Amino acid sequence: MTLTQLERPAAPSLLSRMKPNLETLPTLAAVAIFVAMLIYGEIAYGRIVAFSTISNLLINNAYLIILAVGLTFVILTGGIDLSVGAVIAISSLVGVMLANAGWNPLVVFVLMILIGSLFGVASGVLIQYFNVQPFIATLAMMFLARGLASILSTTPQRLDDDSAIRTLATPWKVYDGPKIDDLITTPNVLIAALVVIVAFFLLHRTRFGRTVYAIGGSEQSALLMGLPVVRTKLAIYVISGTLAGLAAVVYTSKLGIAQNITGVGWELDAIAAVIIGGTLLTGGAGFVLGSVIGALVLGLMNVLITRDGSIPPEATTIITGGILLAFVLLQRFVVSRKRKT
Amino acid sequence: MSASGTRPSAAVQFVTRLFHQPYVWAIVALLLLLVVNLTKNPAYLGVSVNAATGNLSGNVIDILRASAPIMMIAVGMTLVIATRGIDLSVGSVMAVAGAVSMEFMNTTGTGSFGTAAVAVLLALGISALLGTLNGILVSIVGLQPFITTLVMMLAGRGLAKVITSGQNTSATNEPFRWIANGTVLGFPVVFVIAVLIVAILAVLVRRTALGLMIESIGINPKAARMAGIRPVGILISVYIVSAVLAGVAGIFSTASVMTVEVSKTGMTAEMDAILAVVIGGTSLAGGKFSLTGSVIGALLIATLDKTIVYMSIPSSATPAFKAVVIVIICLLQSPRVRSMFNRRKTRVTSTRKEAVSA
Repeated sequence: MTLTQLERPAAPSLLSRMKPNLETLPTLAAVAIFVAMLIYGEIAYGRIVAFSTISNLLINNAYLIILAVGLTFVILTGGIDLSVGAVIAISSLVGVMLANAGWNPLVVFVLMILIGSLFGVASGVLIQYFNVQPFIATLAMMFLARGLASILSTTPQRLDDDSAIRTLATPWKVYDGPKIDDLITTPNVLIAALVVIVAFFLLHRTRFGRTVYAIGGSEQSALLMGLPVVRTKLAIYVISGTLAGLAAVVYTSKLGIAQNITGVGWELDAIAAVIIGGTLLTGGAGFVLGSVIGALVLGLMNVLITRDGSIPPEATTIITGGILLAFVLLQRFVVSRKRKT
Repeated sequence: MSASGTRPSAAVQFVTRLFHQPYVWAIVALLLLLVVNLTKNPAYLGVSVNAATGNLSGNVIDILRASAPIMMIAVGMTLVIATRGIDLSVGSVMAVAGAVSMEFMNTTGTGSFGTAAVAVLLALGISALLGTLNGILVSIVGLQPFITTLVMMLAGRGLAKVITSGQNTSATNEPFRWIANGTVLGFPVVFVIAVLIVAILAVLVRRTALGLMIESIGINPKAARMAGIRPVGILISVYIVSAVLAGVAGIFSTASVMTVEVSKTGMTAEMDAILAVVIGGTSLAGGKFSLTGSVIGALLIATLDKTIVYMSIPSSATPAFKAVVIVIICLLQSPRVRSMFNRRKTRVTSTRKEAVSA
């Protein structure tokens, strides 16, 4: 017993990992803001800290959580993926049209996800093999996806009411609360949770994850260390695209409507979620769970604004912008402090 | 530098120099698009003169009119990108400028020239303010341009909606309308104003050291500072110029319909601007810029937009064609494809040499 203790250096306990340091400061700030928003909402409007509100928060933002997880990978390497919103548009449009044409729902699922992967591969190849900047390559994919979706159809396509795809959005009552205050979950939420768990494992427990962080820290050094930079960077764009395809499945099954203008600006929401969650835009530092918190902060903000009623909905984007700015300034402060020490 | 008899003629020199410009592919693409249009209608390029008013009309004139707002934001974006920055907020600034001017003219209600002038000044003023904010955040606070202007893009769109309380506001004012629909010497006013502004800017940055300073900041901000250039002032002014030009573009695009559509005006305009800049051969890595290239890029985008409508393809499909253009141009500029071309060239010459020696 003592021997093993001697051989292995004591692994950092969970408590010491949670202890605030400069690296985790932005993420902790996001958690603090989320809790503060919950408390404020509960006091000001009531029924915020309730099973139904929390369930709805998760159900309504499952797609955003998935997108944010995908973008976390990309932003950790210092890249960016602007195509995710448009990929959702084409993927859900194709999915709804095929499902209505009588295709097997399982085949449709796989195709929807593969469409995302395909756009991810295209971005990755442009970036990695042709030295196109990530910004421009994914911008091109965004245009391509949006344009192709518009060629397919410019009218909203409604998923048939009896379509099997809708089963992904069936509410499951986990806990029967008083009146309508039930803890509800849907397969979509479970998919999102699974994505978060797998991403967490990939990033924090595997060689691949280490490489992602190393590329974000310094691509040159990662290359000189002999890490598989090319393969990894290609993979993260494929992951981001695939998760965008999955987000399309989740979103379509919930809403049942697909249109060529679905998902306009969602890439910005997802980027905002990642940044608020404490991932540095320059790459190299950040957490998957932080991005989840970031997505939930954005979702909760929408709930609070709707409940409040006195804030014009037009101002939502101003508030999002303000929060984003505050977090970027916090990051800036953290980075400058780190450089001094 | 004296002209000697062995040097090729001026025309040949001009052509060879043109072929070394990065925007030569944009010109080729522009000509190709016009040829495509010509195959559909051989009289596409025809420009007719209205005898009564002296106005020119025709598809080419339409393209010039449509290119004016894109040209404005593209030129502003060029300067920002030359400092290794990016300005994603131009579309939102367009919406804010349009919203301010329309709201002002709507509430004053008079159709006088004075109202139009105040509306223009108000729009440009608030644009300059937003640009200053961008510039301060980038230069003094030291935030990344991408995220700073992303915040401004979100907030600006919200601001435009707050100004008009979420409504699409219209107004009637003839002098303001004239900006978009009037003509000078037969040419659309918007195009004339755009060309004048570009010319003034070009003189300002290319006939003074300003352009070099902007490029030096893009190449290496630290070295630029060591060389005695004050990056803060230049960065702030570059973002102000970009925002004010976006304001001009906003006035252009709202004046033609005299309505600001708060969620549509200037939507994805930043993408068009970036596209025009990249097509024009300005590297996104900064340090080098070409105003001529960006103007040609803007013309190409306007032509592409018009061609797609002319071919009766739904205009919402335009992004797909833009994507194809970006991908092709990026591939042509990428080192891998270039080295492939070069290798083929050297292989051809080496086989020729072998043939000669044999």
